[in-house]
Parts: sequence; C-alpha cells; structure tokens
Amino acid sequence: MTDTRTPALEARDLTLAYEHAVVFEHLDLTIERGSVTTFVGSNGSGKSTLLKALARLLAPRAGSVLLDGEPLHGQSTRAIARRLAILPQKPLTPSATSVRDLVSRGRHPHQSLLRPWTTTDAAAVEAALAATGIAELADRDAASLSGGQLQRAWIALVLAQETPVVLLDEPTTFLDLSHQLDVLRLVRSMNAERGTTIVMVLHDLSLAARFSDRLVVLGQGRVLADGTPWHVLTPGVLREAFALDAMVIPDPATGTPLVVPHEPALRSI
Amino acid sequence: MIAQLDARTGSRRRRGSRTATVTIAAAIAMLAAVVLGVAIGSTWLPLGDVVRALLGIADRTQEFILLTFRLPRVVCAVLVGACLGLAGALTQTFSRNPLATPDILGVTSGAAVGAVATIVIGGGTYAVGSSLLGFGIPAVATVFGLATAAFVYGLSWRGGVDSYRLILTGIGVTATLTGLTSYLLLQAQITQAAAAAHWLTGSLSGVSWTSVWPVLVVLVVVTPIAAAQSSALEVSGLGDDLSVGLGVALHRHRLIVIACAVVLTSAAVSASGPVDFVAFVTPQLAARLARRGRPPLAASALLGASLVVVADLVGRAALPWEVPVGIVTAIVGAPYLLWLISRHRSQERTS
Ligand SMILES: Nc1ncnc2c1ncn2[C@@H]1O[C@H](COP(=O)(O)OP(=O)(O)OP(=O)(O)O)[C@@H](O)[C@H]1O
Ligand SMILES: [Mg+2]
Repeated sequence: MTDTRTPALEARDLTLAYEHAVVFEHLDLTIERGSVTTFVGSNGSGKSTLLKALARLLAPRAGSVLLDGEPLHGQSTRAIARRLAILPQKPLTPSATSVRDLVSRGRHPHQSLLRPWTTTDAAAVEAALAATGIAELADRDAASLSGGQLQRAWIALVLAQETPVVLLDEPTTFLDLSHQLDVLRLVRSMNAERGTTIVMVLHDLSLAARFSDRLVVLGQGRVLADGTPWHVLTPGVLREAFALDAMVIPDPATGTPLVVPHEPALRSI
Repeated sequence: MIAQLDARTGSRRRRGSRTATVTIAAAIAMLAAVVLGVAIGSTWLPLGDVVRALLGIADRTQEFILLTFRLPRVVCAVLVGACLGLAGALTQTFSRNPLATPDILGVTSGAAVGAVATIVIGGGTYAVGSSLLGFGIPAVATVFGLATAAFVYGLSWRGGVDSYRLILTGIGVTATLTGLTSYLLLQAQITQAAAAAHWLTGSLSGVSWTSVWPVLVVLVVVTPIAAAQSSALEVSGLGDDLSVGLGVALHRHRLIVIACAVVLTSAAVSASGPVDFVAFVTPQLAARLARRGRPPLAASALLGASLVVVADLVGRAALPWEVPVGIVTAIVGAPYLLWLISRHRSQERTS
C-alpha cells in the first residue's frame, strides 16, 4: 500500500480552462488521506471544474493532479476508477433501468472479461442500497423516482464502487433537510468506518461546516480561504466570496459555525 | 458466438433472464425464417429434401437449386440482417438516441455514391462489364462508405467526438452525397439508371456465394469486438462524466463502437445495397421486448436477420412479380417509425 503520509490527492500548479475561459491559474491544493473536505463558493466560482480536474474528467491546461502520489495522467482510467469515485453534478438517468441495475453499474471498474459478476459485486450493491435507504425501491424504474430518491440512488452507485477516495458534486441537491442530513451523515460514517477520503461540493455553508474537517472557499479564480470551518467562515470571507453580509455564531446543536445572514430593512417597492 | 454477446451483462440479474428469453426466441424465429426461406420458391424444397441435398443424396436439380440459388440468398439475408441489427443497436446506444441509425455516420450515402458512380460511369461498356461490375460495385461501395464515415468522424472531431456533433455532421454530409447520387442518376442512360435504382432500393436477387463470404468474415471478426464493449455501452448511458468516473476510456470506446457499426453497415450495404429501416427497427423492437433501456446486441442481430430473411421471402414469393427486399422492409419500417415518433411526442407532452 501507499505511505499513509502521502496525500490522497494533490493538485500541483494547476491551470484549468475551457475553450475560451480560464477558471484557475497556478492552483495548488492537497487533500489529506481520510479527511472530509468541502468546496464552497458562489455559482460559477469553479467548484465543479476543480472537482472534475481532480477526477481526471477535465484535462488541465497546465500542471498535474496526483492520486496517492502518482500523476493521474498516464494511468488507465479503469485503474483510477478502482481508487477514486466521482458523482458528477448532472448524471444522465437511463430509461427502463431498475434502481438495482443503476447501482450495479458502480461495479464496472471491478469487472473485466476475465472477472465477471460475482457475489462480491452483488453484496456491494445490496450494501449500498441498504446504506442509502433505498433497498425497497430497488426494483423500481430509476426514471420513476422522485428527485431525492434518485439522488440517493446515485450516491448508492458511488458507494458500490467501494473506492478509498470519493468526490461528490452537490450530493444534497433535490433533498429535503432531513434527507440532506441523512446523506451527509452517511458520508461522515463512510469516512469514519472505512476511512474514505471525501471531497464534496455543498451550497449550504452551515451544513458544510457541520460535516467537514476542512472548507475550501473558491472565488475570483483562486482559493479565497482554506482551513477548518471556524477558521474559514468569517464575515470578511463571506463578504468577499458571496457578497454576503452575515454573522457567524456557534451552532447550538454542534458548536460548529452557523452562518446567519443580516437582513437589511425592508424597502418599499 | 452471437449468443454470448450479452451473456456477461445478462448473467447479472433478473433483467438478464428476460433478455436471454428474448434472445432465444429471436434465434428460434431466425431458424424458422431460414427453413421457410430455403423451402419456399419457384420449386418447393421441404426440410427433408434440403437435408438430403446437403448430404449429397438428393437429385441433381434440387441440389443445384439449393446450393446455387436458395442457400446463398438466405444465408446472405441472415448475414446482412444481423450486420444491420447489430450496427443499429450499437449506434442507438452510443448516440443515446433511439431514432439514430448507422446511416447518420455517412456509410450508406457514401456507398451509394460509389455504387451508382460505378454503374453509371463504369457501366458504359455493359457487355464487358457485367461480371466486372459484380465484383466492382461491392468493392467501390465499401471504399466509398468507409471513406465517408472516416470523413464524417474526422470533421466532427474536436479533441474528442460527441455524438450530437457527429449526427449533425453526418446529416450534412449525407445530404450532399444524396444530391450527388441524384445528379449521377440524371446523367445516366436509362438502363444504367434502372440498374442504379435497383441497387439503391436494396436487393438480394443475383446474390451468390461470392457476396456471402466478405459479410461473413466481417460479422465473425466484429461481433466479439462489439461484445467486449457491451458493459461499457451500458455504463455510457449515464453520461460522459460518470462513464469516465466508472473507468470507461470514453474516446477509445466510442471509436471502437463507431468503427464496428460502420464496418458492419458497410459490409451489409456492399452485399445487398441499402436495406432500409432494419438497423432502426430491430434494435428498438429488441429493447422493447426485453424491457431494457438500451437494445440488447444479440437479440437485435437475430431479429435483424429474421426480418431480412422474411422480407426477402415475401418480396420474391408473395406476389407474382419480385419486389426487392429493401422495399418490403421500408413498407414495414416506415409506419413503425411514425408510430414511435408519435408515441415519443405524446410521452413528452404528458411528462
Ligand atoms: N463546459 C464548459 N464550457 C465552458 N465554460 C464552462 C464549462 N463549464 C463551466 N464553465 C465555466 O467555468 C466557470 C466555472 O464553472 P463551474 O461549473 O465549475 O462552477 P460551479 O462553482 O460548479 O458553479 P455551480 O455552483 O453553479 O455549480 C463558470 O464561469 C462556467 O461558466
Ligand atoms: Mg457546479
């Protein structure tokens, strides 16, 4: 196995760009093994872009990404998929596919012509269905699920992949508050029980603070702030990153920072 | 070998058993179609006589009819149908579009220009040419078909090929080539134009063993390559990002799938001319029967084979005069297309 001190993921001097727009230049970032890191930032600040680059979905214009100390570039995409899973922001739901079949696709990187479907694969799928609480939906057509149920099926797919590193782009969209908490608790327990390294994108700052070891605030083409939730979530950073006027108080339930926006006096319209 | 196409994915789960049932049913349908196709014709050849002829213990006339006319024609129908069904299933899956056919890759229109040009330009000296044409048309059609597909692929390449751009490029190139074919037809003498029109409708009359071998070789070579992409095809339905995340080398996968579809279509078109709607109808039929989002490869190929054998049989035996197989499949396929589109629309409206 790799040295436990090697970071799980490392971005070195990364420049990320689309055809006409540069999103990040010379970005360095290290993700410690066994940590839960959350990217926050306003819409279009580049959270998905950075996550995609860490998962080799977007080739950097310059610089490199290292997984367990080895550059992603040059490794077979299947070998990477056995160590790193990503749930993109907008996966496509195939038609006429049961939830169980959908989740089963998470086993794809572990299969080959010489190693077909086994009981290990089936067990991983059933465990993922149970962990996300959708076991009783397993035989339903995925296209018929509600937004929140489907979101849990996607997370089950990534769970079934059983990788030491998991990247999640907005895993809580479409979920009601109680299911958001379910997903984030599931993420934390994956981290606690299997030691899975998690990198995710969230919009709710208080939930991000509650469930993450570390927040990375992205904006203006760079990392605006990086550190523990209490270190990062300051009124100054919030103003810079979100143009938000807010105070930060301890969450009475957990003691983690709670972002409470100020409300300007009502203007007449 | 075909039966193993979906075996890997099929062995997985309950859904697999339904796919297996449909595949077996399609294989039985194909065998029944072949038996009928061999038996029925100007001379009735029941199964017993066929077996005797194959063993070399039937009378000479029957053996001659079977080995020279009936069998190559039916075998060619099986192969052409299987190629088109498989190519259609591959195209509809990678493009995530149930209305897509391999024609969008430009193979068919390219082959048509090649074939018609050979007939019109090379067919001037018909007396010398007729045997030369028999060899020449498939060869030229293959070269033109493959070259057009390569051109379409190249034109839609931009650091990778996405299926949407590929389809649009294919439509544009097809329109241009169809215009060129029409122009060639206008320039042709009436006998050449008739021969060209006959080729363009897709026909199996005049097929001999010479036409069978290239298609057989292509099918035998391409089928395992396509089968190896089966589980990647399943994953690629989840979108480009998640496919790569699950370990599919997307560009390579897509290139292999497109190349398989192109080569299969090219082989079929070279042997029989374009037999319309098979590549479109049979994968959809197979997907619906198996209740799956994507067409199962083996069942699509077997249903394609059944459809072409039956359509050819209807075309040569149901009416007092012979109707080319391509016209029969178009008559069956066009209403199915309309029905599918109308259903598609009404579903979108209700959802
Ligand atoms: N495929 C693309 N082609 C061109 N530009 C893109 C593409 N995807 C994103 N961008 C641009 O890159 C920038 C960063 O986008 P990104 O999707 O990473 O933002 P984000 O932080 O994930 O936003 P959101 O919170 O809305 O998901 C944006 O300006 C966006 O317009
Ligand atoms: Mg995003």
